[in-house]
Amino acid sequence: MSGKFVRAAAGLAMAASSAVAQAAYQLNLQEPASHIGERVHDLHTIILVICLAIFIGVFGVLGYSLYAHRKSKGHVAAQFHENTTVEVLWTVIPFVILVLMAWPATTTLLAMRDTTQPDITIKVTGYQWKWGYDYLKGDGEGISFLSNLATPHNQIYEQAPKGENYLLEVDNPLVVPVGRKIRVLTTGNDVIHAWYVPALAVKQDANPGFIRDAWFRADREGTYRGQCAELCGKDHAFMPIVVEVVSQEKYAAWVGEQKKKMAALAEDPNKTWDLAALAERGEKVYQANCVACHQPNGKGQPPAFPALSGSKLVNGPKADQIGLVLNGKQGTAMASFKQLSDVELAAVITYTRNSWANKTGEAVLPAEVTAARK
Amino acid sequence: MSAVLDTHGQHDEHAHHPSGIMRWVTTTNHKDIGTMYLWFSFTMFIVGGIMALVIRTELFAPGMQIVDPDRFNAMTTYHGLIMVFGAIMPAFVGFANWLIPMQIGAPDMAFPRMNNLSFWLLPPAALLLIAAQFVPGGGAGVGWTMYAPLTVQAPMSMDLTIFAVHILGMSSIMGSINIITTIFNMRAPGMGMMRIPLFCWTWVITAFLLIAVMPVLAGAVTMTLTDRHFGTAFFNAAGGGDPVLYQHIFWFFGHPEVYIIAIPAFGVISQIIPAFSRKPLFGYTSMVYATASIAVLSFLVWAHHMYTVGMPVEAQLYFMYATVLIAVPTGVKVFNWVATIWRGSLTFETPMLFALGFLFLFTMGGFTGLVLSIVPIDVQLHDTYYVVAHFHYVMVAGALFSAFGGIYFWLPKWTGRMYNETLGKWHFWLSFIFFNVTFFVQHFLGLAGMPRRIPDYSLQFAEFNVISSIGAWGFGLAQILFLYIVVSTIRSGKPAEQRQWEGADSLEWTHLPSPPPYHSFETPPVLR
Ligand SMILES: [Cu+2]
Repeated sequence: MSGKFVRAAAGLAMAASSAVAQAAYQLNLQEPASHIGERVHDLHTIILVICLAIFIGVFGVLGYSLYAHRKSKGHVAAQFHENTTVEVLWTVIPFVILVLMAWPATTTLLAMRDTTQPDITIKVTGYQWKWGYDYLKGDGEGISFLSNLATPHNQIYEQAPKGENYLLEVDNPLVVPVGRKIRVLTTGNDVIHAWYVPALAVKQDANPGFIRDAWFRADREGTYRGQCAELCGKDHAFMPIVVEVVSQEKYAAWVGEQKKKMAALAEDPNKTWDLAALAERGEKVYQANCVACHQPNGKGQPPAFPALSGSKLVNGPKADQIGLVLNGKQGTAMASFKQLSDVELAAVITYTRNSWANKTGEAVLPAEVTAARK
Repeated sequence: MSAVLDTHGQHDEHAHHPSGIMRWVTTTNHKDIGTMYLWFSFTMFIVGGIMALVIRTELFAPGMQIVDPDRFNAMTTYHGLIMVFGAIMPAFVGFANWLIPMQIGAPDMAFPRMNNLSFWLLPPAALLLIAAQFVPGGGAGVGWTMYAPLTVQAPMSMDLTIFAVHILGMSSIMGSINIITTIFNMRAPGMGMMRIPLFCWTWVITAFLLIAVMPVLAGAVTMTLTDRHFGTAFFNAAGGGDPVLYQHIFWFFGHPEVYIIAIPAFGVISQIIPAFSRKPLFGYTSMVYATASIAVLSFLVWAHHMYTVGMPVEAQLYFMYATVLIAVPTGVKVFNWVATIWRGSLTFETPMLFALGFLFLFTMGGFTGLVLSIVPIDVQLHDTYYVVAHFHYVMVAGALFSAFGGIYFWLPKWTGRMYNETLGKWHFWLSFIFFNVTFFVQHFLGLAGMPRRIPDYSLQFAEFNVISSIGAWGFGLAQILFLYIVVSTIRSGKPAEQRQWEGADSLEWTHLPSPPPYHSFETPPVLR
């Protein structure tokens, strides 16, 4: 009970310290924002206290001995070297303590893994190096977007002062309603990633080719930040997770907005685009989705990430490139980008076909991408 | 007895050995090979240590400063591989070579030529690991655990690394066969298995672990190799494989590997503590059984390294229960050491300081291990700096401190010369303090949610990372003092006595001069 009080007080203090994400010199687990998070927090406190008590007991005895039984004080060594009673006791007592510890651990774990009856189900896909979110079931069904690191390159490379949420900010956060049970299904597109949000006590590996699940129910509105927790290659440190927990009304409004955006994107292909407009738009798409691997100069990082500049594929028939970008390439780091809109795909393909050493002079129209999807 | 001690005549018979470099290339002598193992280990410790300093320097402040992310990932990978396979494991094989024949009253190891080969496989493996940094694409940034399918994407350095692991595995298996055969067959008459020093017991158990699990690691990396080049899909779901399979195989090796490193360290500590307590080891028999049961349990808990892969909850429960069980025999060992010290007649020379440092910090590592074994807590802490702190308490404060203690303990015996006690104590205190400065704060970073293996981090982690990096540089520089102490002992240390430590009672102290003869016991010692 006092634990709850302390947490509530700490929560207020945190809220009072405005938008600062976390305090410096933080010594303990992050302030939990879900019931499971609280149980994990308390479990950790219990285990830590038991360990500390045993540690102090054992090293108290040792410390006394180191002081009292020194040769320099003239202590003469005893010669005993066994004592069955003591040996049985120090085998049995730890065993009993461990059984006592296992009990709360088991109940917490069973609650943590119970993913039944969710309100909303969201598929989380780990990409090298960004996250993709697909709302599969519940309010917001059908919403789908990618979530990229929003921290600018120049902050990372010391050319600009670092912002408050340095490396923990994204362009499109995951938005969920407060108090609802959210089930996340994790999978990986290329290698293993792990979806980790400390305040919500969720860490679940995202294994390519398999679906695994976890869940959370946020108790408080707020912004909760986490990171990819499984080494996934070059930009493992640069694929954060941001979860915005909002009120039911705000969530409904957000869903409405997203649906409108999606509808707008769907109509777009009929608009007429010229090469210049497409290439201009494509550069932005390239910066957001492609640049980490294929580099700003299009030279890539062979062999894992081939160059686009001068590439046979990019300078070859349009259909091949459209197919590759839509479907990805099995067994390589090249992911499918079919979650991007037809306009975005047409734009980025046009951009790559008319940049660096590539001078095809051809535009790929959104309608061609639409056709290729079918 | 006098036949044993009068060894100068025998020594001269061996004067026709090749001299210079060929002496070391062709030697089949357990002491020469032990020495080479130890120097090799120290060299790798420096190489791996430089990599650690690259890591800690990049992490000194948020932002990318000295290396790019790929190079950073390569540094964490090869720091781990080189420290585990190049520094710590060979160090304890070096101890085994030097000590086992002397402690059981044998002239040498059972298979001297194989012993030579098992050492000389190490340098090529080390060169492969170092060369991997300089091939096109740079070192493989996959982590020392080499998880698929990231390894399938990695540049050609991955192939060099896999080959190095194969070679290291061969070396370990040969060394293990040699150690087991020596201890089982070459003990002096009257020395039953329950009379051999505990260090020998820990090596029997470790050698069995090595023989059991090194082939498993070789299998895992070979499957990675064929996935990379020969179209198999062991770890690729699209071809019917499973990336998590790799983790199961790796950790079936990897958890016993932790004990392969820790158990010989227990052995060294079990020699040092009684010597400076001037009192026999408490509970020798229970120590043997506790060590053996830790070894058996180590095969049954591997998936506690992968609680977050999404295994069924029943499996998580099983692995949690089995893992916490290891605390019982580990506790028995700690209690036995404390009981050995209790009512002894204690002095605090450098080996004893390192043994006590080991006891204190290794126990802390044990407790954080217990915290991590609890699944719901591990879900928070897995793959964070808490884990990094935990295993460095076990590996550095555990195994490395034990190795340092062992070096100071046996250096007078091996070289016939005494090290400088004051400098030795300085080395201990600098190592102890800077170790804690480096790694204690990493617990806090992990609790607050800083993932491991990241070259850059958000601002709330900045303060503790500064402290940790300063500690790492201090710890690294303190090891230069260690090198100086060892070299100056060999060159100009004062002559050591046969039984330099009055409380030491194994055969190398009671029956052999310092330094011991080239062939330890040409005739078996007479045991009381
Ligand atoms: Cu990732």
